[in-house]
Amino acid sequence: MFHDADALLLARFQFGFTVSFHFIFPSFSIGLASYLAVLEALWLKTGKTLYLDLFKYWLKIFAVVFAMGVVSGIVMSYQFGSNWAVFSDKAGPVIGPLMAYEVLTAFFLEAGFLGVMLFGMLKVGRRLHFFATLMVAVGTFISAFWILSVNSWMQTPTGYAINADGQFVPAAGWAAIIFNPSFPYRLVHTVIAAYLTTALAVGAVGAWHLLRDSKQEHARKMFSMAMWMAALVAPVQIFVGDMHGLNTLEHQPAKVMAMEGHYQSHPDGAPLILFGIPNDAEQRMEHAIEIPKLSSLILKHDLDAPLNGLDTIAPENRPPVKVVFWTFRVMVALGFLMLLLGACSLLARARHRLYDWRWLLRFALVMGPSGFIAVIAGWMTTEIGRQPFTIYGLMRTADSVSPLAAPAVATSLIAFVIVYFAVFGMGTWYLLKLMSHAPHTREPDLPNAPVHAAGITPAPALAAAGTKEPGHG
Amino acid sequence: MDESTLLTNIWAGILAFAVLMYVVMDGFDLGIGVLFPVFGVGRERDTAMNSIAPVWDGNETWLVLGGGGLMAAFPLAYGIIMTALYPPLIAMLLALVFRGVAFEFRWRDPAHRHIWDIAFTGGSFIAAFTQGIMLGALLQGIHVEGRAYGGGWWDWLTPFTLLTGASVVAGYSLLGACWLNWKTEGETQNHARRLMRILAPVTLLAIIAVSVSTLFLGGEYVDRWFAMPAVLVTAQVPLIIAILTWRFARSLQRNYDLAPFVITLVVFGLSFVGLGISMYPYLIPNSITLQMAAAPASSQVFMLVGAAVLVPLILAYTAWSYWVFRGKVAHEGYH
Repeated sequence: MFHDADALLLARFQFGFTVSFHFIFPSFSIGLASYLAVLEALWLKTGKTLYLDLFKYWLKIFAVVFAMGVVSGIVMSYQFGSNWAVFSDKAGPVIGPLMAYEVLTAFFLEAGFLGVMLFGMLKVGRRLHFFATLMVAVGTFISAFWILSVNSWMQTPTGYAINADGQFVPAAGWAAIIFNPSFPYRLVHTVIAAYLTTALAVGAVGAWHLLRDSKQEHARKMFSMAMWMAALVAPVQIFVGDMHGLNTLEHQPAKVMAMEGHYQSHPDGAPLILFGIPNDAEQRMEHAIEIPKLSSLILKHDLDAPLNGLDTIAPENRPPVKVVFWTFRVMVALGFLMLLLGACSLLARARHRLYDWRWLLRFALVMGPSGFIAVIAGWMTTEIGRQPFTIYGLMRTADSVSPLAAPAVATSLIAFVIVYFAVFGMGTWYLLKLMSHAPHTREPDLPNAPVHAAGITPAPALAAAGTKEPGHG
Repeated sequence: MDESTLLTNIWAGILAFAVLMYVVMDGFDLGIGVLFPVFGVGRERDTAMNSIAPVWDGNETWLVLGGGGLMAAFPLAYGIIMTALYPPLIAMLLALVFRGVAFEFRWRDPAHRHIWDIAFTGGSFIAAFTQGIMLGALLQGIHVEGRAYGGGWWDWLTPFTLLTGASVVAGYSLLGACWLNWKTEGETQNHARRLMRILAPVTLLAIIAVSVSTLFLGGEYVDRWFAMPAVLVTAQVPLIIAILTWRFARSLQRNYDLAPFVITLVVFGLSFVGLGISMYPYLIPNSITLQMAAAPASSQVFMLVGAAVLVPLILAYTAWSYWVFRGKVAHEGYH
């Protein structure tokens, strides 16, 4: 019933499915942790309870997102071994230490301070609590640093040698491995994406509540902060994305050919294909709508610069155009919509209509999930675009897989799909429920804080905060 | 001992430490999950769960270090072991998804809280049971061909692995009950004490059963336990266990809060040393030694620099986090 090829395809589906699901949560929690740190800093600086209310509001959402990120992340740390055992054996000496550093420098930092961040406000004092929030935020960034270094090394491997057992081993110092050629671009592009994703989600929540009550003070504050972020960061992201693309053109030209839909070479200026139906079987673009020479202008800054197509790549090394072509367009289109949203918000702000221009609020509401979609589309572009390799140009995906029976992988894939949709579907529902409640003054704490029995001296914060612990109802 | 052997042994020690940290720390978390149904709906359950709410995530991070560290320091073994244990591993990961989200979800949905309580218990039980199965499957040996797993996908399922699975469930439950005895008061604590009286003898029997069965797995284990210098340690084990059992019974009789938990931790530590004696110098019994699976020295040195600084730091701020949430968890305080 099953063959080796099925086992490989199933393993790829499973990895793609679990990593895509997982990626949604950190792309939110990276941005949200920083947003929470900013809110707490503003509260400490100004003393305005508005910021504390917003902090508590988003903290409850953060707790749910973070829990989902943790449990879906543990799956990833074992799936390299379970489904990609040959890859793990061969690449482990190079990427394993980077992942170990991620655990030691990031995961423990986040987890160690998360308890205090979520439940410790009244136990440790304001400054120490802010420090805990800051450590969680820093931890999410450090985590992105290491895991994107690993991913980038797999895309643009440098600083390695191959030993007698066929393993990739470090050869030129660890800096050459960590700071491989695509890493700086990927890191900046991805971290900005996380910030932008969070800003759009926060903005949509603000917009939702402003549409109901344009005077709501908390909704105004979060909406204004989110729109500043969108207006300032969306253009930066498009610029960084362009640089990332040029870096990809240098190191992984076949991926760019797939993104552009260039099956054929264009010796005197390549067109920008806006839309078309890629036909991988016949290696041609059907019904293409294209702008002559624009692709050469974007990629080479010269209208007549020659651009190679997939016809210069050996057939067995070509990535599947039909997926990459579309995911790339989805990401870029959403990026420009974000830019438009930011620009509209600046216009509304200039005309003092930021909180009651209903079309802007509706636009921001609709754009709420756009960051998540763009992140997944971008991720699929870069991951499917580097196929058929796991370590680009050196190790093929087909040679990386564990010797597992196909029924075993089929069963686990079905289990992952059912469990993830059920559990994370419910989680998303709870998030939306939390978001649908408007933030208000004296926003309550998390409900599951361990409230301590008498006999423990309360931390100075209790006195300093000067408020009754809201948890004691 | 040459430099590379020394490095490899250091890394085996660090990973063993990570796994032990995971077993005792997530052990009491998972144990509380397993015992959850016997606690009353409402106050008792809320108290039990909230006593671990601030720390479970940190506890589980040791599991990630175990996986990531194994990949980094012994990549060959990481691939082979995870492939061989595929079904119980996937079951464990999915179980951990359920029990992890239950911490947050049960508060978000009071109408369906009982469902998330079932997810919490089911997830905890399956995670504990599959961890025991994986331990047993590793001890009974894994069929290796070349640099890959060579067995079938049901090899892990034997009477021995079911025994180790059940034993880990019993041991974690005991840890969980001891934790609650330490961290709670009133009815929850009394409940925990009653459970400890049942779970302690069950865990003791389980340890004896697994130890004896291990000896019947093959000649190598007998040789390793009764060869010099290991025999100097193993010979003391029955005596130490007897003393600890007596101390445990006494601390229970005198209603001590912390002592039973500490004694149980010591028993777990001793059992772990026993496992170490059984395994060393193999990482996969009788086929892959630590040395064979080891990453090159340059990888191990690079990580060792970080681990030497970071592991003490991690232990320090983890201890601080536990300190912040020290003392008994109260029943009241929800709205």
